[in-house]
Amino acid sequence: MMVTIAVIIALAMLSVALLLALVRLARGPSLPDRVVALDLMGTLAVGMITVYAMTTQQPVFLDVAIVLALISFLGTVAFARYVEKRGS
Amino acid sequence: MSDIISGVLLLAGATFMLLAAVGVVRMPDLFTRMQTTTKSATLGAGSMLLAAALYFGDLGVTTRALAVISFLFLTAPVAAHMIGRAAYFVGVPLWKETIVDELRGHYDRRTHDLISNPTMPITRDGNTTESSN
Repeated sequence: MMVTIAVIIALAMLSVALLLALVRLARGPSLPDRVVALDLMGTLAVGMITVYAMTTQQPVFLDVAIVLALISFLGTVAFARYVEKRGS
Repeated sequence: MSDIISGVLLLAGATFMLLAAVGVVRMPDLFTRMQTTTKSATLGAGSMLLAAALYFGDLGVTTRALAVISFLFLTAPVAAHMIGRAAYFVGVPLWKETIVDELRGHYDRRTHDLISNPTMPITRDGNTTESSN
């Protein structure tokens, strides 16, 4: 019961957080700002998948969270290399 | 009992993640924004995964949750360091009220050489100071 309510509230908060990250992704004055916003969205997606696994009672979704965390890290590192090589 | 702890952890994690997103919108420059996203969002994701591990109460799920947590805690600082380093190289401006930039004057942006003892380090207000060592 407690978890059912908490899951709904947590999903709502994560949705708001995702929208705020999207604001920074659209506005961000420089490319690294956008990369930071994308990295945050990746972490938020890991959290959302965790909450979704709890709502559907399907722990299999946690595997998706593992893969997503890995891909998000690789993406950020690749973007950092790209920004550094490209220069300003 | 584990239901209550799981719900509290879930709400705490969601709060941390929401605060990270608020910080990334409201902070004045890139480096302060990175501070909120890496620390707060990682802590939020970690406590949500702990909540899931408590909720399912299964060995396989707990192992997976701990794997994700350790992976996030290992990779988030590395990713933040990489992007912060790249941003400093390409000259992303610092906030105008930044008090100290210790790399300034010690670092050649073109050759990526670090000068440990520059002849004339420059402070923020343009004065030259004696080097401390």
